[in-house]
Amino acid sequence: MGVDRREFLKIAGYAALFGLGGKAAIEILAPGDLEAAMEGVPLTEAKRWSMVIRMRNCLEKVEKDGCRECITACHHVHNVPDWGNPRHEIKWIWKEPYQHTFPNQPNQFIDEGISDKPFIVLCNHCLNPPCVRVCPTKATFKREDGIVTMDMHRCIGCRFCMAACPYGSRSFNWGSPRKAPKELNSNFPTNRDYPERSKGVVEKCNFCVEIVAKGQLPVCVQVCDKIKVHALNFGDLDDPGSNVRRLLREHYSVRRKPALGTEPNIFYII
Amino acid sequence: MYDGGKIIAGLIIGIGLLLAPFFYNAGTAAKAPDPQLTPKAKEAKECVTTALYMKSSHFSLLDEWRHTAVRENERYFKSPNGKIYYKSLQLTCLDCHSNKSKFCDQCHNYLNVVPYCWDCHIAPEEKK
Repeated sequence: MGVDRREFLKIAGYAALFGLGGKAAIEILAPGDLEAAMEGVPLTEAKRWSMVIRMRNCLEKVEKDGCRECITACHHVHNVPDWGNPRHEIKWIWKEPYQHTFPNQPNQFIDEGISDKPFIVLCNHCLNPPCVRVCPTKATFKREDGIVTMDMHRCIGCRFCMAACPYGSRSFNWGSPRKAPKELNSNFPTNRDYPERSKGVVEKCNFCVEIVAKGQLPVCVQVCDKIKVHALNFGDLDDPGSNVRRLLREHYSVRRKPALGTEPNIFYII
Repeated sequence: MYDGGKIIAGLIIGIGLLLAPFFYNAGTAAKAPDPQLTPKAKEAKECVTTALYMKSSHFSLLDEWRHTAVRENERYFKSPNGKIYYKSLQLTCLDCHSNKSKFCDQCHNYLNVVPYCWDCHIAPEEKK
């Protein structure tokens, strides 16, 4: 006698049940275990990381001894080479004269101590970043905590972002950093715990995502605090009680090229 | 057959040329890869996951790691045996496997795989 429809469905059902509990099922489901285990542990929680730069503190120090501590520390930690050629320069944090930092504020008769002095500039980590908008591979993206950063693995070096960024915060690697002149980069790579870049990718300040993830302040802020200048202040703009919000309440601040609507997250108290 | 001799001679020469590389390389089979473990890696016994999974799919794991670490800021990986690893090729993988030329390159060279990890990531210095 053959198996009728009801009998067949029963057998099939039991077979499926036993089969799932068997060795084969473990093998099939094991990759799922692995994926479940890949849930990470979020480390920092902020909604809008930002920086408030107290320019007077900085200029005082620069005047005294030409301070470049933040720049040196940043370049050291992130393996930023010195090409010795301004056209190949890689910029993360650098100095720019007042008229280039704030081209729309050429006010007459302002304090000479300000108008011809170098300002510290870096990526503005805009709220509305044009570089993110133009990136065809989403290599540049805005994180939920407000940091605009790059996935170097995806950058194809099209340089749209460099054209889009109104602040010149992005630099192109015309050659592998390993080939930067040895006499200017005697012990390159300076930090063996951080990668370099390859030829043909764009790079910029990443607000020290790898360090912020550990719950520490960005390197530039750390060194600025260490030499007791406290010009660079890093904090969460979304938290009304944060250090940056307090500074912005107590002082009048300006941002670079506000008319463009990029909403920079770097504020200057002058 | 017209010009039979010429055709056959041509065929022999042609086939000979085609097979030349095989004769040329006969008996010189490439050495099978022999990845070496450092004492530290040996001591750890199990890598991030089982050795079998790592052998067959380490690149999938690394791809997952780089994606979640860079893009989602999830920097720690909990392995099935409960251990927690910092997701980093440079800091975690190569901490144990500090002999890139004797570990990674062995199979990669054999299989002619050229991963571009090392264009940017820095391999530990090895004693010659």
